[in-house]
Amino acid sequence: MNAARLNRWFGRGWLGAGFVFLYLPIVALVLYSFNDSPLPNVWRGFTLKWYAALPADSEMLAGLWLSLKIAFMTACGSVILGTLAAFTLVKYKRFMGRTLFSGMVNAPLVMPEVVIGLSLLLMLVSVQRAIGIPERGLMTIWFGHMLLGMAYATVVIQARLGDLNPQLEEAAMDLGAKPHQVFYLVTLPMITPSMLSAWLLTFTLSLDDVVLSAFLSGPGATTLPLVIFSRARLGLNPSVNAVATIIVVLVAIGVLIASYLIARSERQRTLEMAAANRA
Amino acid sequence: MLGRLRILFRGLARGRSAVIGVPYLWLLVFFLLPFLIVARISVSEMENVAFKDLITFKDGLLQLSLKFSGYRFIAEDSLYFDTYLRSLKYAGATTLLCLAIGYPFAYFMARARATVQPALLMLVMLPFWTSFLLRVYAWKGLLSENGWVESVIVGSGLDHWLVAAGLIEAPGRLMNTPFSLVLGMTYTYLPFMVLPLYANLAKMDLRLLEAAADLGATAWVAFWKITVPLSKAGIIAGSMLVFIPCVGEFVIPELLGGPSTLMIGRVMWDEFFSNNDWPMAASVAVVMVLLIIVPLAIFNKYQAESQEGRR
Repeated sequence: MNAARLNRWFGRGWLGAGFVFLYLPIVALVLYSFNDSPLPNVWRGFTLKWYAALPADSEMLAGLWLSLKIAFMTACGSVILGTLAAFTLVKYKRFMGRTLFSGMVNAPLVMPEVVIGLSLLLMLVSVQRAIGIPERGLMTIWFGHMLLGMAYATVVIQARLGDLNPQLEEAAMDLGAKPHQVFYLVTLPMITPSMLSAWLLTFTLSLDDVVLSAFLSGPGATTLPLVIFSRARLGLNPSVNAVATIIVVLVAIGVLIASYLIARSERQRTLEMAAANRA
Repeated sequence: MLGRLRILFRGLARGRSAVIGVPYLWLLVFFLLPFLIVARISVSEMENVAFKDLITFKDGLLQLSLKFSGYRFIAEDSLYFDTYLRSLKYAGATTLLCLAIGYPFAYFMARARATVQPALLMLVMLPFWTSFLLRVYAWKGLLSENGWVESVIVGSGLDHWLVAAGLIEAPGRLMNTPFSLVLGMTYTYLPFMVLPLYANLAKMDLRLLEAAADLGATAWVAFWKITVPLSKAGIIAGSMLVFIPCVGEFVIPELLGGPSTLMIGRVMWDEFFSNNDWPMAASVAVVMVLLIIVPLAIFNKYQAESQEGRR
């Protein structure tokens, strides 16, 4: 009995220590963004001056705007490509080169980002030499992020698609629905929560990426992580803390709202299913 | 002929081909082709800014010229060899640390009350959603002079132990050392270890432990003889998810590492951007991929076997 209680407290202690480890940097980041001191690690009272300085920081603002644009485009493109790829992997068990396809879908997940960045850049340069376009910038970063985003989106959507009850689609077909109607009326509504998760995941991945952007960006196309990275390399910088705090707060709100919405729609669906089963 | 083409086009126009074709083509053009270009450049001779053709047709002779000097250089030059070894070493140390911290963490999470488990899971995932770059940057603050963690470690005299272990060079200097690098990587990749382990441990049939207790095993023996072997798939999956990205890591060594912790991602970066030696950078990249493919193949083989066993 005593041993069991000891075990329980040890478990709680370990979990607590682990969460302190996970959250300590975030707490420090937020707290020191309000620090009124030229020395970054010495606390000298509360201030908002780092936030007040942000609207004048044109480099940071331009980076943020570019990053948001790329992240939005990446998330949309990745979800479309990811849905198609997940559909292919789940529904079509036999077609030419399926092994190659499933290998290529998952490979970007385990490839080091520096290798993906280098290979895309070398191809880009070869194409540029041949036909003169494209310039490095928003478009090239977008394509690079989409390559990675598609892999993540496929994993998320594939998991959901694999769990679906095939009888629902069969029933729709028996009732005379055409294949595209089955997709839009039956399959799509059921995988929407996972598509939403995939969208959010790829959006944050793109908003956070340093390595691919560094390889694929050109003059005048500096994303927010590249700005932060170049400042962080030089040392501690309170303006980075201020930006970090804003991002942390926005992400926390976004994730909470999204998980609430997803949980609610899941619950509603289970209720509807239960009602349908009873009837 | 024309008729056959028409049938082919009619087939392509059908939904199935479009669904398969679009992502397939995308991956061929933006994943496979770039990688083949890297492989080609790694064996090419560079002339000013252009590459010589690999295959030339001269005087009725078909000539294939491959230049392996990049690979020979990697094998012979100690800089590259040591850097690869160092990358593997740090990635291995990070994996072991993540396992040591993450296994008990996932275990206690899976054994917590069922009502709090979703909240715990959410808490593990939440940092993952906030910027990874900013969380690594935060460690810079925590570990540099007067930072919270630095104060605790130096205040408690733990830094002398770290010097003795060879992780830092002098007492009181924690940043830009193997210690700060491995700490940063462990921090970043810990959720990647915890999540697969949790998924595995939460599924375990607890009646097996009861049976073991009935047969006289102590909790400790039952843990090592039943829980750990059953979670082998989770351990392997988590270790792969930590080890593989750590080998090629670029951002964390840049922010938290120092001159003594040069890793292979940075070497490749320098070959490309500073030395402009594209064939060399491509060779380094190909070797990096080969290094990663070996553990991955073992992992895949193991997974295939365990799936076979389940059937």
